Amino acid sequence: MIVADRKPMEEVIEEIRDFKNILVLGCNECVTVCEAGGKKEVGVLASALRMYFLKREQEGSPAVSISEHTLERQCDHEYLEEIRQDMDRYDAVVSLACGVGVQFMAEKYNDTPIYPGVNTCFMGATEERGVWTERCQGCGQCILASTGGICPIARCAKRLLNGPCGGSTAGSCEISKDTDCAWQLIINRLEALGRMDEYETLSPLKDWSTDRAGGPRKVVREDLKS
Amino acid sequence: MSVKTPSRLEKILAAGNLAVTSECGPPRGSDPEVITQKAELIKDHVDAVNITDNQTSVTRMCSLAACIRLKLMGLEPILQMVTRDRNRIALQSDILGAASFDISNILCLSGDHQSFGDCAAGQNVHDIDSMQLIQTVRRMRDEGKFIGGDDIKRPPRMFVGAAANPFADPFEIRVPRLAKKIAAGVEFVQTQCIYNLAKFEAWMKQVVDRGLHEKVHILAGLTPFKSAGMARYMKNRVPGMDVPDEMVKRMAGRPKEDQAQEGIDICVESAQRLKEVEGVAGFHVMAIEWEEKVPEIVERAGLYPRPAAA
Repeated sequence: MIVADRKPMEEVIEEIRDFKNILVLGCNECVTVCEAGGKKEVGVLASALRMYFLKREQEGSPAVSISEHTLERQCDHEYLEEIRQDMDRYDAVVSLACGVGVQFMAEKYNDTPIYPGVNTCFMGATEERGVWTERCQGCGQCILASTGGICPIARCAKRLLNGPCGGSTAGSCEISKDTDCAWQLIINRLEALGRMDEYETLSPLKDWSTDRAGGPRKVVREDLKS
Repeated sequence: MSVKTPSRLEKILAAGNLAVTSECGPPRGSDPEVITQKAELIKDHVDAVNITDNQTSVTRMCSLAACIRLKLMGLEPILQMVTRDRNRIALQSDILGAASFDISNILCLSGDHQSFGDCAAGQNVHDIDSMQLIQTVRRMRDEGKFIGGDDIKRPPRMFVGAAANPFADPFEIRVPRLAKKIAAGVEFVQTQCIYNLAKFEAWMKQVVDRGLHEKVHILAGLTPFKSAGMARYMKNRVPGMDVPDEMVKRMAGRPKEDQAQEGIDICVESAQRLKEVEGVAGFHVMAIEWEEKVPEIVERAGLYPRPAAA
């Protein structure tokens, strides 16, 4: 899933401080699983904002209305259309979806400002409640077949294709004892699979044109296009 | 191993002599004197001098410019090049630039992570890794080809080196990793600083058992401790460093004013012991900001005078 983390309240307030009718919009997909932008987090943020703006109102500022809603997905035309009839009621939206959802909203509702309520972090998995870690950087040319199913591009701090570097210590990366050395994991895995002989195969220079380096990417499936 | 480049280091190693290299870190400024003065201190006692490439990710004068300074002094530089800061265009371009000054040694490294340095908020590149850089230089030299396949007019003639760390984890792949670098085309390696001599010897035995010492020249890395504090720092803080407790104790057991000399003594004793280890082709003496001690270490280790390159 796409893992996101909540933006600090102060940053969200700074984004929307001059608006009167604000929608906090959640997404029922990845950000719900990582507890950053689902229905529950929409409720928590909306309540906190209401309290903040109520206090401001008591100090003499105009009233601010905070509404809340959560869509099935913000990265899908169909679900974004669901709120079209209500959009003229809002003069700003705080989207708790990932960066994809925020942008899709902005494209859809051209004359309404859309602000991000989360920081989109990475593609990863839940290690345990409250801990998410990165697994994939979407390089567009998967090499997991040759690395024991562990990605050095996403998980080695130097994305070495022929690691580990000399900084690998007791299973940890040189950048932090709390970060696993991806190449230690790869070697452990190759050992478990009885495939250690593959370690000595040189990995060639990678074609990064399918990665971010190649510019904005697009997948087109002619067989599916209508 | 036949000689393929004009490198003096290559000639000395090919002749079967124990080679001695050392290194100079460029300054955090543009004063050329810093590098030339350091080089003056060691020039008669070493065969070639590594110039580090923004070591520990701290921004410094570039390795290439400092190498040119050495070259202009008539010395033999080893251009250290990390893959952290340059993509494949910049790497190849800098290799050609170095070759235009007839710099004939290169050391291919991935580089410390930028979080250790003064630009922790910066990007890292890592378009290719150190093994792929070895392959790249060899292809540029031997086939006269760029990565993209085009021909190079006047290809670089560089003796290709890399680092080897016998002490990093996991230990069981440390020899296979050297084999992999050899397969990539490396011709000499300089090891991480050796303090755990027994572990180094165990690594060398595996290297020799696989016959790898006949395919690559291995220079044993030595760094003298300046103080017990430095020994403790190296033990506890430097990733991939193996400093046995007894070595820290030996340093700490001396009065402060004698610790520097103790550090030099340890270094000399290590060199003397390692000279006898099969497969050791020379020494890389890294006296960090202590270049003036290199002559004493080299002389007392019985590595002076340096042979003339044939």
